Amino acid sequence: MNKLPHFKFRLYVAGDASNSMEAISNLKALCRDHLPERHEIEIVDVFREPKRAMAEGVLLTPMLLRVSPEPTRRIVGDLSQIKPLMQMLELHL
Amino acid sequence: MNGKVTLNPKLNSNRHQPSNPLKARTGIEGFDEITNGGLPRGRTTLFEGGPGSGKTLMALETLVNGARLDNEPGIFVAFEESAERIVANAAQFGWDLVALQKKKLFFLDAQQAPDLVQSGRFDLGGMLATIGAKAREMNAKRIVFDAIDVVLALLNDPAAERREIYRLHEWLLASGMTGIITSKTGSLYWYGMNAANRPQPGFMQFMVDCAVMLNHEMVKGVSQRNLRVVKYRGSSFSENESPFLIGSGGLQVAGAREMGHTGAPKGTDIDERVSSGVARLDAMLGGGYYRGAGVLITGFPGTAKTTLAGAFAEAACQRGERTLFISYDSDANEVIRNLASVHIHLKRFVKKGLLRLVSARAVAGSAEIHFMQIRNLAKEHEARCVVIDPVSALAKAGNEGSAYSVAERLLDWTKKTGITLFCSSLLQESGQDREGTPLQISTIADTWIHLTYLVHAGERNRGLSIIKSRGTAHSNQVRELILSSSGVTLADAYTAGGEVLMGTLRWEKERAVEAARDESQLAAKQQRQAIEAEEAEIEVQLKNLQHTLEMKRLQKQALSRRETDHTAELTSSRSHMRELRGVDAT
Repeated sequence: MNKLPHFKFRLYVAGDASNSMEAISNLKALCRDHLPERHEIEIVDVFREPKRAMAEGVLLTPMLLRVSPEPTRRIVGDLSQIKPLMQMLELHL
Repeated sequence: MNGKVTLNPKLNSNRHQPSNPLKARTGIEGFDEITNGGLPRGRTTLFEGGPGSGKTLMALETLVNGARLDNEPGIFVAFEESAERIVANAAQFGWDLVALQKKKLFFLDAQQAPDLVQSGRFDLGGMLATIGAKAREMNAKRIVFDAIDVVLALLNDPAAERREIYRLHEWLLASGMTGIITSKTGSLYWYGMNAANRPQPGFMQFMVDCAVMLNHEMVKGVSQRNLRVVKYRGSSFSENESPFLIGSGGLQVAGAREMGHTGAPKGTDIDERVSSGVARLDAMLGGGYYRGAGVLITGFPGTAKTTLAGAFAEAACQRGERTLFISYDSDANEVIRNLASVHIHLKRFVKKGLLRLVSARAVAGSAEIHFMQIRNLAKEHEARCVVIDPVSALAKAGNEGSAYSVAERLLDWTKKTGITLFCSSLLQESGQDREGTPLQISTIADTWIHLTYLVHAGERNRGLSIIKSRGTAHSNQVRELILSSSGVTLADAYTAGGEVLMGTLRWEKERAVEAARDESQLAAKQQRQAIEAEEAEIEVQLKNLQHTLEMKRLQKQALSRRETDHTAELTSSRSHMRELRGVDAT
């Protein structure tokens, strides 16, 4: 249990839509509380990079992708509900 | 222009110049007619219907035709089925989606995994941004959001659904594209229930500029597809339900009424006669049927309607005219076999390709659908003569209502195209010699021939009479129709005592007539005397009865007079009693 996994996230947001803003702050809070020093967050704005969003099949926003560890997992929403989020990220409260 | 040569030069002329600045034509046969040109250009249209009602196909065809006919690139956003499946399903229509997909058609797989994990609020904003970028890139003019209800259901919140519908609508308007949204009927959000528990059109219907409802139902075991334009802002449209079918090339909507027909096409000799295939019938008609006429043969089962149909078809083929023969009753091979027994040989013409024999099942669709199929077949075969045996099959299975207008249009259509139409019609076996047709087609047919059975002296013989034949001096006599292995012919009817004699009876009569004349006169005289005697007897009986009746009346009158007297007596004695008792007057 010494080597805890490192988490890489990609969060797709739609400009400054309120649910997108909330998702950003919720994700940051989660990482600060549960994954200190072992996470990376990339934020992608679909308005700026629509092709990338389409290539990755991201249509609903905000959408969080857990890129690493594999396999990739997705979760849609502003991340205000902690329980499904923790389950998906295989974290335990 | 990319310098590519299109197959159809006519279509080419429409490039870059939409035929109508307000409407985006769907290219779907019939639909553009009922909407006076197509869908509202740059606006949003809703296609609503149950599962399997054809809304996805209709949306896709509109997109495909936009790309093919008007050079308008399109985007198809698939929320329910995968793009791959949609393309595979549409392969049968020959739209060449693979070629279109290179430049003018883009499919976006937008299905969400059923186990999509949700955490809090989300919306379609990202999707619209993504699609908007793609639309600009390919200069898309049309867009379909197929099965929007599926993605909205994920929101699981009526308020959020409403917000997203609004967002989508605003986005569509801003994009300037002609939009189509399809949705399942009865998806919770489209319909609320009012006090009477009746579905009410929902927010979506109010918002869009045009709404079309598609319906697929079974009527008495017959599959019927209908569509109806529910609303169309700023445009007139046909408000009626229009049946449609999904044919080999896509959707075909009925209801494209031919504009008032202007007579036969140019180059048709309207005085030309075509043979009925029975020489003596031609003579009766003064030379045959008219080219381009509608001919109707009515009769009970077994009165040789199909035989006359076969004779007409054979004669047409002998003239080298392409002929379509649609049989609703029997299998094509049976028709050929049965007709061969009366010396009508159709097989050779089928082999040559002159004659197309189609056996259709009458239960397989509505009258409108049959009409469209008949037209399609006739066009395909380039038929000059069309036989429908029997046309009454159209009125089967819940079609009674629409069958008449269909029959009317059938005739309109053949007139317009110069096709000579031969219809047989089965009369109900009611025992009555009802010379009418279930479709009332007889009123609009040009020539109407009625076949009947006459039973006499243990024989059943076929009688033929021409009830009407427009523009023809025709015999009004009933003739005997004789079928034999050497062919079909008519025999002069022999009339005696106001009766048409047929068969053996006619034969005997013809030979015995001279000798029998005196005898029959004598017999008639005797019969007359007998009748006169009976007449006298009945008159006597009648007088007796009248007398008895008179007596009874008198008795009755006497009886009622006595009753009145009695009542008067009672009343007067009562008032006398009151006076005696000193009762106050009331």
